Amino acid sequence: MDLRWSAEEQEFRREARTWLEANVPRQPLPSGDTRAGFAAHLAWEQRLFAARWSVVSWPEAYGGRDATLWQWLIFEEEYYRAGAPQRVTQNGIFLLAPTLFAFGTPEQQQRLLPRMAAAEDVWAQGWSEPGAGSDLAAISSRAVRDPAGGGWRLSGQKTWTTRGAFCTHLFGLFRTDPAAERHHGLSYLLLPLDAPGVTVRGFQRLDGDEGFAEVFLDDVFVPDADVLGGVDQGWAVAMATTGSERGLTLRSPGRFLHTAERLVRTARAHPEPTGALRDRVVQGWIDAQAYRLFTLEQVTAISEGRPVGAESSLNKLFWSELDVRLHETALELLGPQAELDSPWSRGFLFSLAGPIYAGTNEIQRTIVAERLLGLPRK
Amino acid sequence: MRFRIAEDDAALAGAAAALLAKEATAREIRAGWPGGDTGRVDAVWRRLAAIGALGTLVPDSADGPGSGLGLGLDENALVPLLVELGRSGLPVPAVETVAVGAPLLAAAGSPHLAEVLAGRLLLTASLDGSGLVPFGQRAPLLVLRADDGLRLYERGELALEPVESTDGSRASARLLRPPDGGGQLLCTAPEELERAWQRGVLGTAALLVGLAERMIELTVDHVQQRRQFGAPVGSFQAVQHALADAHLAVRFARPAVLAAAWSQASSGTAAEAASETAAGADAAVVTSMAKVLASDAARLVARTAIQCHGAIGCTTEYDLHLYAKRAWALAAAWGGPAAHRELIARHLHLPTVEMIRDRIEQGAGFGPGRGPL
Ligand SMILES: Cc1cc2nc3c(=O)[nH]c(=O)nc-3n(C[C@H](O)[C@H](O)[C@H](O)COP(=O)(O)OP(=O)(O)OC[C@H]3O[C@@H](n4cnc5c(N)ncnc54)[C@H](O)[C@@H]3O)c2cc1C
Repeated sequence: MDLRWSAEEQEFRREARTWLEANVPRQPLPSGDTRAGFAAHLAWEQRLFAARWSVVSWPEAYGGRDATLWQWLIFEEEYYRAGAPQRVTQNGIFLLAPTLFAFGTPEQQQRLLPRMAAAEDVWAQGWSEPGAGSDLAAISSRAVRDPAGGGWRLSGQKTWTTRGAFCTHLFGLFRTDPAAERHHGLSYLLLPLDAPGVTVRGFQRLDGDEGFAEVFLDDVFVPDADVLGGVDQGWAVAMATTGSERGLTLRSPGRFLHTAERLVRTARAHPEPTGALRDRVVQGWIDAQAYRLFTLEQVTAISEGRPVGAESSLNKLFWSELDVRLHETALELLGPQAELDSPWSRGFLFSLAGPIYAGTNEIQRTIVAERLLGLPRK
Repeated sequence: MRFRIAEDDAALAGAAAALLAKEATAREIRAGWPGGDTGRVDAVWRRLAAIGALGTLVPDSADGPGSGLGLGLDENALVPLLVELGRSGLPVPAVETVAVGAPLLAAAGSPHLAEVLAGRLLLTASLDGSGLVPFGQRAPLLVLRADDGLRLYERGELALEPVESTDGSRASARLLRPPDGGGQLLCTAPEELERAWQRGVLGTAALLVGLAERMIELTVDHVQQRRQFGAPVGSFQAVQHALADAHLAVRFARPAVLAAAWSQASSGTAAEAASETAAGADAAVVTSMAKVLASDAARLVARTAIQCHGAIGCTTEYDLHLYAKRAWALAAAWGGPAAHRELIARHLHLPTVEMIRDRIEQGAGFGPGRGPL
């Protein structure tokens, strides 16, 4: 065991902290899930990119710093600590990019990654459909071979598309072989949201922001160059990277450490003389620390070449439920003020989605039971 | 940055695990209960002593009073070893001896050290001032808190009465009178006392992780075998999800316990002073965190394990209760979760009831509204 940060890591932290302190907008930006807020966020992310803090773990050739996972975690801690804006590019950077690195052709990587890092293209995630939620393999949006060749024609409907109304591009799964079994015959396709035949309708999330969209596809052309990882291989490609969403690469401990610190500050200012509530504040703080330590243990495993596999489901269960508990505790501390619009009340409404997106927690518990504990399948 | 157990530490734990798997069977564990032949337990304890386990934290000066049984390792080694001891369920004063007592005896140059390290003389310790002494019915040597520090007593010097407890194999006793003077003074400095206490808390957290892991293993085995409605009960989602939550709690306690060990081992060293660490807070806080997480996890696991077993989990003929009862005892020992949370609350400068009362008396009332929203 050696839980010291190396001199290089400490230097990296100092550099990140210095830059963030000088550059993070003093006034919080409007929500990135509104049209005006989205534009402000893009401007911020372009600044981040210009200083090479947008995608620190990527190769330098794509605008990154070749940072280790440890450094990435450090950066995330500093990012949240500085109160920097939420990343509206995260679905592309944290979900599509790992898939592109693993399965993309060199041409796709060179064409797509730099624009993604620079927040020029902003990607939305198109898995869910009205008839395919937890049962993702039930998707029915089709991609039919274009009679003229050289590509595919898409039709169908995607839903719950995060920030779909503002994003420029979509990645998602489509049925390319209707005769094949459920998990086969799917392909991972990439398309611009301004392509002919695409209609996007934004709608509100629980917190009132236009955070969701439905995407209707009517005979939309996608060239062969935008199939990621091979025709009919979509399920395997998508599954190889779902761990990113549940685990490490999206939910850095920095976010929860920061929320726990805010909770402690709120508790200091809003005394409520019951032991139980005080205990919940402390437990929230403990759990955020525990999440960080668990993550560090996982990063050790990854950096030693041991894959964490289904353990990303543990990760997802823990962070999503911790987030709800932290916010519920804060609201209780606020007493009658809890109903007022505030970062806590909005954060609370958003935290409720954590146990649903990225695979519901019921699904994650089943994965833990069957794959980690080895319990029999039904 | 590495969250990995060092080779030496893993080797010791591995050797102990292999020995315990072979020798600490349900028969030995049950032998620790009232009416059992404790000689069987003592025999395993001596075998553990022979691989040096009892001297884990004792300096390795071969010609010292420990006659070469000190391994000279630190708290980093303590945790994997005690996780294995917890997993085994062997009813022995592991924390009291390995984490707390032996290093104190070594530092004080006690003539009893060699016999203790050889596993021939049972040693126990009780530092929480509750007057309850685990293994107080069995151990001829006892480390207790006295007015001026920690003292080592022989049983004959103390007024002890046996008590019945949920985990009968703890062989607990109650002090009828607090010790005043007597015995051998082991340490007086508050830092030394604090260190001994912290090691006890840490060791207990490690035992709890091992116990919890074992209970999950037992339960997974059971729900794979047991069939109802034509299917293994482990295929039912309610059972699966309850076990997933139990497993989750243990998996998140474990790294915290390891981090607490590292914090203790490197606390005050130049290495620690020279750099920011990933353990975050100081050793006492990380240790309290570890104990809260391990205690809560073990309690959840114990309850879930019994539930998923059905009625067989409610019998003493089946082994599960041997672990569950130990878990309940240890979750409350060396400071229960509430006590350790209180410690952390102070570290975080959360207002205490007294502070709040003052504010109200000054007319501030309950009304929040000044603080950050
Ligand atoms: C804020 C937010 C953002 C999202 N962003 C995106 C996005 O960008 N792109 C995208 O494609 N999707 C997105 N989603 C959709 C998300 O992936 C789905 O909501 C999720 O997979 C669950 O599907 P569902 O909503 O259809 O619920 P359902 O699958 O209908 O589930 C309803 C309930 O039944 C339970 N259930 C279902 N099946 C089982 C089972 N086998 N065992 C036990 N319980 C079960 C579920 O756990 C849940 O409690 C987002 C969702 C939210 C809330």
